[in-house]
Amino acid sequence: MNFETTIGLEVHVELKTKSKIFSPSPVEFGDKPNANTNVIDWGYPGVLPTTNKGVVHDGIMAGLALHAEIERHPHFDRKNYFYPDNPKAYQITQSETPIAHDGWVEVEVNGQKKKIGIAEMHIEEDAGKNTHESEHSFVDLNRQGTPLIEIVSKPDIASPDEAYAYLEQLRQIVQFTGVSDVKMEEGSMRVDTNISIRPIGQKEFGTKVEMKNINSFNYVRKSLEYEEQRQQRVLMSGGTIQQETRRFDETTGQTELMRVKEGSDDYRYFPEPDLPVLDISQDWIDQIAKELPEAPNKRRQRYVNELGITDYDAMVVTQTKEMSDFFDQMIREGADAKLAANYLQGSVNEYLNDNQVELQDTKLTPQHLATMIKLITDGTISSKMAKKVFKAITKGEEPKKFVEEKGMVQLSDPAKLQPIVNSVIADNPQSVEDFHNGKDRAIGFLVGQIMKQTHGKANPQIVNKLLKDSMNK
Amino acid sequence: MTEKISEDQVKHVAELAKLKIDDDQLPYFTTQLDKIIGLFETLSEVDTDGVEPTSSVTDQVNVMREDIADNWHQRQALLDNAPDTQDGYIRVPTIIDESGSNE
Repeated sequence: MNFETTIGLEVHVELKTKSKIFSPSPVEFGDKPNANTNVIDWGYPGVLPTTNKGVVHDGIMAGLALHAEIERHPHFDRKNYFYPDNPKAYQITQSETPIAHDGWVEVEVNGQKKKIGIAEMHIEEDAGKNTHESEHSFVDLNRQGTPLIEIVSKPDIASPDEAYAYLEQLRQIVQFTGVSDVKMEEGSMRVDTNISIRPIGQKEFGTKVEMKNINSFNYVRKSLEYEEQRQQRVLMSGGTIQQETRRFDETTGQTELMRVKEGSDDYRYFPEPDLPVLDISQDWIDQIAKELPEAPNKRRQRYVNELGITDYDAMVVTQTKEMSDFFDQMIREGADAKLAANYLQGSVNEYLNDNQVELQDTKLTPQHLATMIKLITDGTISSKMAKKVFKAITKGEEPKKFVEEKGMVQLSDPAKLQPIVNSVIADNPQSVEDFHNGKDRAIGFLVGQIMKQTHGKANPQIVNKLLKDSMNK
Repeated sequence: MTEKISEDQVKHVAELAKLKIDDDQLPYFTTQLDKIIGLFETLSEVDTDGVEPTSSVTDQVNVMREDIADNWHQRQALLDNAPDTQDGYIRVPTIIDESGSNE
């Protein structure tokens, strides 16, 4: 029997607003427990929430980036449940009128393009954080009230590879809007999956299994692959899939049962009475659409079609908005596109990895890197010299000034190089003979000698040409 | 009197609200809740033809504040009022993390 797979993903993304969604407490990480909380966050009797306009703005922006319809009259709903990280005993979320619905994300898997539908996207508050010890559990409410968007895909995802591609695209699209850092490792992006299989041709979906809080895209793919196989084995051996929540064990690569779902959860949603409804004007939507930064796929098209760099290079420089903005800025400064892309994925990435920093937190500027590249393309410095210059610009030094001060100017004047070429030829008759006998390596040796005499300043292209011309006379 | 709520439903709602109701108390609460629901049903006598449904009972729309952070520095006072604390955390009985997520 052949089966087909149906996957749906729910992705929570933490917005990086300055304050919480319903209270003015700061959204900050790494502070002392409960430092960023007030009576509203603790759910004290008599307090009232007020909607943060920035969260609604960011929600609209994310919705537009996902090509979704914006709900013009959204309200909030109460979702009731008891848990110590949720002091009000309810979460304020959106159930009836999510701020955006019916969007899509385009993915490419094995050269095939496909649009994955977004059913809805809503804004809501995050809960606090629990830590557990044997005798007690401990609650920190700093995260309570941090704004989240939850993006719910349609069950359009047909394979673990598509799920991976969808998450990668979603992360990029949201990252480029600037509303979130979308980092799995820091918890600003969290993924819940559900997966079912059914015999090909069957109309109804199979029974779905949920997996929560898997902490990398790779583990999402692996857990779905495992689950796909497990469900097939169960069905092939005549068993049935039960509706349950499973956990992915990273060490074994397997999923294991957490709990069986009995009936649907009963959260008794109702419209949030403490918050007035919203009326979102077309003007506001239009204005946010104008602010929306250019999407990563548009940038890739532009880089390939207008700047002539490869698909691969375009993909690498659009990993983050910061990198892509940096690249754009370098091009405006007149840097060669191919070299700019090479430096970003080479030296710059290496530097960021070695120092574990983000591009925006370094002293590197697009102006400096572009200047350095122009010094290479106009022959002032060699790419070998550029290594030293690069080191200097990571410390914030101006490349032109640095090159002048260090006397690093490349020797490109044939009139000055010719005498050196002549003397090296005269001193190495064996190499000249080897060259005439077709040994290509001989020329490398001679270039090396000239480099030695000029302390690495000679322009290798010019030297090569002069050597060949002189020996072929 | 037609039953508007059953004893099973009362039991279910009590469980959701984490209220402990003994079986012998069930008829008592069921009768009371039945009367309350009956009272609310008088609302359905109002003619609402042509009235747009709303989820709000105030006329307020778009009451929002600007995204400006303001720490009220209530940490110590809040912790002082908590039933039990340790190292700046609220201390609670051990939770078995059954949900595996914070929805």
